[in-house]
Amino acid sequence: MSSTVDLQGSAQPPQGEPVIEVEDVRRVYGRPRSGLFGKAASVTALDGVSLTVHRGEKLGIVGESGCGKSTLLRIVAGLHRPTSGRVRVEGREVTGSDRDLAWLRRRLQVVFQDPMSSLDPRMRVGDIIAEPLVGLRVEGDHRARVAELLEAVGLDAEAAERYPHMFSGGQRQRISIARALAPRPQVLLADEPVSALDVSVRAQVLNVVERLVADLDLTLVFVSHDLSVVRHVCERVVVMTRGRIVEEGPTEQVYTHPRHDYTKALVAAVPSVRRALTEERGVG
Amino acid sequence: MSTVVDPVLRVRDLTIRTRSVELLRGVDLTIGRGERVGLIGESGSGKSITSLAIMGLLPDNVQATGSVRLGERELLGTPERELARVRGRDVAMVFQEPMTALNPTMRIGDQVAEAMLIHHTQPSRAAAADRAIELLEAVRLPDPKALVRAYPHQLSGGQRQRVVLAIALANDPALLICDEPTTALDVTVQQLVLDLLVRGVEERDAAMLFITHDLAVVANVCEQVAVMYGGRIVEAGPVNEVFRRPRHRYTQGLLAASDLAVDPHSGQLRAIAGSVPAAGRFPEGCVFRSRCWKATDQCRAEPPWTGAPHGPGYACWHPAQSEVIT
Repeated sequence: MSSTVDLQGSAQPPQGEPVIEVEDVRRVYGRPRSGLFGKAASVTALDGVSLTVHRGEKLGIVGESGCGKSTLLRIVAGLHRPTSGRVRVEGREVTGSDRDLAWLRRRLQVVFQDPMSSLDPRMRVGDIIAEPLVGLRVEGDHRARVAELLEAVGLDAEAAERYPHMFSGGQRQRISIARALAPRPQVLLADEPVSALDVSVRAQVLNVVERLVADLDLTLVFVSHDLSVVRHVCERVVVMTRGRIVEEGPTEQVYTHPRHDYTKALVAAVPSVRRALTEERGVG
Repeated sequence: MSTVVDPVLRVRDLTIRTRSVELLRGVDLTIGRGERVGLIGESGSGKSITSLAIMGLLPDNVQATGSVRLGERELLGTPERELARVRGRDVAMVFQEPMTALNPTMRIGDQVAEAMLIHHTQPSRAAAADRAIELLEAVRLPDPKALVRAYPHQLSGGQRQRVVLAIALANDPALLICDEPTTALDVTVQQLVLDLLVRGVEERDAAMLFITHDLAVVANVCEQVAVMYGGRIVEAGPVNEVFRRPRHRYTQGLLAASDLAVDPHSGQLRAIAGSVPAAGRFPEGCVFRSRCWKATDQCRAEPPWTGAPHGPGYACWHPAQSEVIT
């Protein structure tokens, strides 16, 4: 195990002022009858979630599809409204129309999972990356900023003239990261940013995220279904299932000594080459 | 991969080209009864075109040469009419996306039964319907008697993939091809589906070709592995050998990346530099040399296969020395 050392060393308790405060947030979706196995009139995606993220912290949120992790992220980003409860970012309540939330977009940006569907195929990469600058009316030389961002994520400056389909999945995700960082946000939310990527490229993109978060002193919230990925990026993790947080703690501790049964099942289910070779076969 | 006497699948020197681009070159694969072989590599390495060639599903605008034999039967060049009788009966396939593999307007039970009725492996509609319930039960779907009346959209992704598996196994195929069958699923669901896949082929003593970019899944499911890059097999052998002592630098890079191993010098995760070139843009000589950290001038020449012909071995000028992963 010597080569998979913990990047952060021992996790420090959270310090600095709170940047994101989530207070008893519930989100209920109405749903038409869809019932082979019982009818569901409504789905409680979030069932009383409270969470605080401090400045400079790197927090992971893990859980499986439908556990509410993406809903939570979208509510923090002001893309969804909570049914009840409150969300504050840098002390200001996330509420109101899109136009009211311009302040939030300057401070907080999101990288989504699927780099194909989150980039407009008809726009040049340079325009995609500059779009938040235009939308938020950020002053300055946008071309120069785009070149700087492309370099920061490890792409050639000429990429600005090309279209998304001309790039591989990993490169497209770098473009998404560049776009998110364009308005110089303090907080970066990442929703399964490497889940759609090949394993080889996954490590590249994680390295880019890690380096930029460190260089720019960002606060990071990283959502993933894979605890082994979160382990390399985040010092603290919360585990969600069925709209609730069931476990929380330093990532290394949660990964090596999970306490909740759900976390244990989640850790055990992640296949690993090392474990398959050294232990009994997991399957068969 | 091993020297199987009566292989279920025997691919020799399979080369596939479009008019201008070579997609696959000289691919050899051997799978015996009850053997499970993983085919790994990044997207764009040629894994899926290999599986399409074996299924006889290549598009019209590509040319395939070499040999693909299923038992005694040569599949390359066989007319579609005959291939249609083989497909779904002797060789079946489970794809990545279960929603697109199922007919959204047809009840689950009818879709499973149809697979058997088309190939006349059940004497009557009633017999096929009964067998469909058994097959759905075998993939541990809840309440199969009620489930046969459901439509695909009423099921979760994992449940759908189990229906696809039930269809694939319906005619007891000699070969099951799985192309990223669990990539779209949650990890705990993935575990269940893999378990069912392995049990399904074991019960039938069928051969399995498992295509994925996830090395950990291969380590859990397969005994043999072939590593593909740039349309070629660059390394092959038993999982225990190849994953413990990778010789090709590409295999070595993939293993480090998939274990999220940290480089002690840089403090960063180990990754393979660059990305997979587009088809036709791979370098001459060793296909991996444009991304390889050990590449020299020698790599401009194509590296020969070191090891058993059509068997375990690798194609690399500067192979890793037995670096045992502990």
